[in-house]
Amino acid sequence: MGAAHDVLIVGGGAAGLRAAIGISQSSPDLDIAMISKVYPMRSHTVSAEGGAAGVAAEDDTIEEHIYDTISGSDWLGDQDAIEAFVNEAPHELLQLEHWGCPWSRQPDGQIAVRAFGGMKKMRTWFAADKTGFHLLHTLFQTSLKYSALRRYDEWFVTRLLVDDGRVHGVVAVELATGEIHAITAKAVILATGGCGKVFPFTTNANINTGDGMALALRAGAPLKDMEFVQYHPTGLPFTGILITEAARAEGGWLLNKDGYRFLQDYDLGKPTPTPVLRSMELGPRDRVSQAIYGEIQKGRAIDTPYGAVVNLDLRHLGAKLIDTKLPFVRELCLKYERIDPVKELIPVRPVVHYMMGGVHTDINGATPIQGLYAAGETACVSINGANRLGSNSLPETLVFGARAGNAAAAYVRSVGDRSGAVEAAIRAQADDEVRRLRTELIGRDGSERVPEIREQMQHTMETAAGIYRNGPDIATGAGELGELQERMAKAGVADASRAFNTELTAALELANMLDVAQSMLISAGQREESRGAHQRTDFPKRDDTRFLVHQLVHRDDDGGLRTEHLPVTITRWQPGERIYGR
Amino acid sequence: MTLQAAAREAEESITLEVTRYEPDGDTEPHTQSYEVPLRKDWTVLDGLNYVKNSLDPSLSYRWSCRMGVCGSCGMNVGGRPSLSCGTFLSDFAPGPVRVEPLSNFPVIRDLVVDITDFLEKLPTVKPWIIRDDGDVDVHAGEFLQTPAELDAYSQFSSCINCMLCYSACPVYGLDPDFTGPAAIALAERYNLDSRDQGARERLDVLIEREGLWGCTFVGECTRVCPKHVDPASAIQRYKLKAAQESVRAVLLPRGA
Repeated sequence: MGAAHDVLIVGGGAAGLRAAIGISQSSPDLDIAMISKVYPMRSHTVSAEGGAAGVAAEDDTIEEHIYDTISGSDWLGDQDAIEAFVNEAPHELLQLEHWGCPWSRQPDGQIAVRAFGGMKKMRTWFAADKTGFHLLHTLFQTSLKYSALRRYDEWFVTRLLVDDGRVHGVVAVELATGEIHAITAKAVILATGGCGKVFPFTTNANINTGDGMALALRAGAPLKDMEFVQYHPTGLPFTGILITEAARAEGGWLLNKDGYRFLQDYDLGKPTPTPVLRSMELGPRDRVSQAIYGEIQKGRAIDTPYGAVVNLDLRHLGAKLIDTKLPFVRELCLKYERIDPVKELIPVRPVVHYMMGGVHTDINGATPIQGLYAAGETACVSINGANRLGSNSLPETLVFGARAGNAAAAYVRSVGDRSGAVEAAIRAQADDEVRRLRTELIGRDGSERVPEIREQMQHTMETAAGIYRNGPDIATGAGELGELQERMAKAGVADASRAFNTELTAALELANMLDVAQSMLISAGQREESRGAHQRTDFPKRDDTRFLVHQLVHRDDDGGLRTEHLPVTITRWQPGERIYGR
Repeated sequence: MTLQAAAREAEESITLEVTRYEPDGDTEPHTQSYEVPLRKDWTVLDGLNYVKNSLDPSLSYRWSCRMGVCGSCGMNVGGRPSLSCGTFLSDFAPGPVRVEPLSNFPVIRDLVVDITDFLEKLPTVKPWIIRDDGDVDVHAGEFLQTPAELDAYSQFSSCINCMLCYSACPVYGLDPDFTGPAAIALAERYNLDSRDQGARERLDVLIEREGLWGCTFVGECTRVCPKHVDPASAIQRYKLKAAQESVRAVLLPRGA
């Protein structure tokens, strides 16, 4: 066995760093480590643009943020979790301010807030349009204060060590050397981010391969609400690079090929020259993406080599506002589309952006496996339900990163040392994993190739689990994924070298993505209703009688998946109609 | 359209001349050439991904966000430190394009360099808020900071740690003890932050470690920075302050 820690945090993005700093502050006596397949400042938090929601303005209330989040979730979010989240978000954002986050300001020096989709009040804190970048670097740099925090940078976790319902550590590959190590820990926090790379067209970075979800599922922790995949309305064609919702919050318009603000045809309100909250371009992402899909179906979008697009018009905002509030949008458009949004329309199309589902946790980030926690996009608490509101995900990483850290620290103090029998059992598991990696994967020149299986999986998922879905397509997709799993079992890693073997990491990531993709399709197939981001053309209505429930996906020992229902926590807000723009 | 599908439609091609090095098998680096489709919207990173997925799965390089903000994919392209995700193949047509690892760092493999040195130096400049009064209770609310006060440091807060400036820096190449452009710029980022009171502490560290004096104002760091951070000016400001402090230290011994 290799190193031993009290708490091991897997992932170095916002949720992982927030957990690490929290435990370092409150429990300096504990031995804490962070392990990530990338350096912390490379984590995908870095790409978040628009902002972080937290009630701050005088005219805003906690109650309204709660209601926006619940209605935005199409009543699938757990109301106790949402209340805790909304109550704690402002404190977390202020904490970031004290740690040095360069939040944009009002002239008098107070924090500035902007509008965001589905939010009834201006409550989104922002650092220009590079909020995630600044948030991540602030957290990373602050974490450097805690020199006792051990970091395993560029180590890839391949397995959780679990015995008798309790986690005991991980097995991981040190990428620089190719050495495989077991690292034990009394508690493990998964903070590995999302899984957008399951799809071909996504805002997500190359690293977003659902690793934590797959690790948890295989270790016996269920995934929750995996059918809910968020399409962001405005991605650049070809690259899928995100154009932030803040572009619309600052007054941008969505136009079809005739220059018409088409959202007015989709029950999202009437067009006005300046933005109206919870209306038109400030509708929720699920509804706006569905409207763009509708325009494409009606032939009112613009065909390009990279699919049909609509236009985002920022021209009337002027260079000054764009350069102050949306400088990154301008930079990205100039670089990747060779257009200047000050003078030209931005072509955009809906793009896979965020996973509402994830590892099933309680309100403190605890999974059903003792000692195993999850936070951030990897986790599903759930505050996002069937549709996340823009700017709720960054504060989610902070609130639940901190909560998971506290809970893990308390758990560590409550458990005793491992018995000799457990020690032997996890050693055997670790040896088994080393053997699997060395003999079944590395250097095996398999008959199947990882890039081909990956491309096929992405194609399958786009067809089966797009903005609109139907039973037969989902079933066909599930069948294809089964075949791809069989092909994956025959895939090898021809590259037998030890140093920084990215063919190996690509194979491990694909194996993770296939498991995540299967979880998505089994959940999507069984949810015979339309709610939030899950729209079934064969079941076009929301069905609260049958489906006001979470779906858990379990993996049985034989590798088969099965689902189970879990009630949604409803406290004070009874399910109702989602109303935007009227 | 996927990368592979796009590739099938491309007609023209361009040659990438990529430096390869595998520590277990190679005694020294060598160059390997790959033909990749030349498309106007393809970056060098798209070209490398084409190689990885279709021609040679063993090629190793780092990448993640493909939008110039994660800082992973720094490499020398055409002899210049660049983010491969922000550098277009068409700018090098008809080619060939030389693709090499960043300079001044040990190579782990192919285009992957070891940046441990930077990660060890970064904490030494204390890139976090330092307050004389310790940690202020968050419940007291935010520190006020006007837009002008934000502007004072915001440029230096844009560093993505991509290491292009270290690769370009002739001083770092000769003197590995030099703290280097990005770390000094980040120190200055906190010094200039109206919420921070740690400038003196950071200055002491930089003076004592002689981490500052090496810079000869070549300015290459600023020229290659993809985020317009201008580390050279940070270093210049720092040196001026350090010189003033040393004069003060002679005239007024510490504590005076």
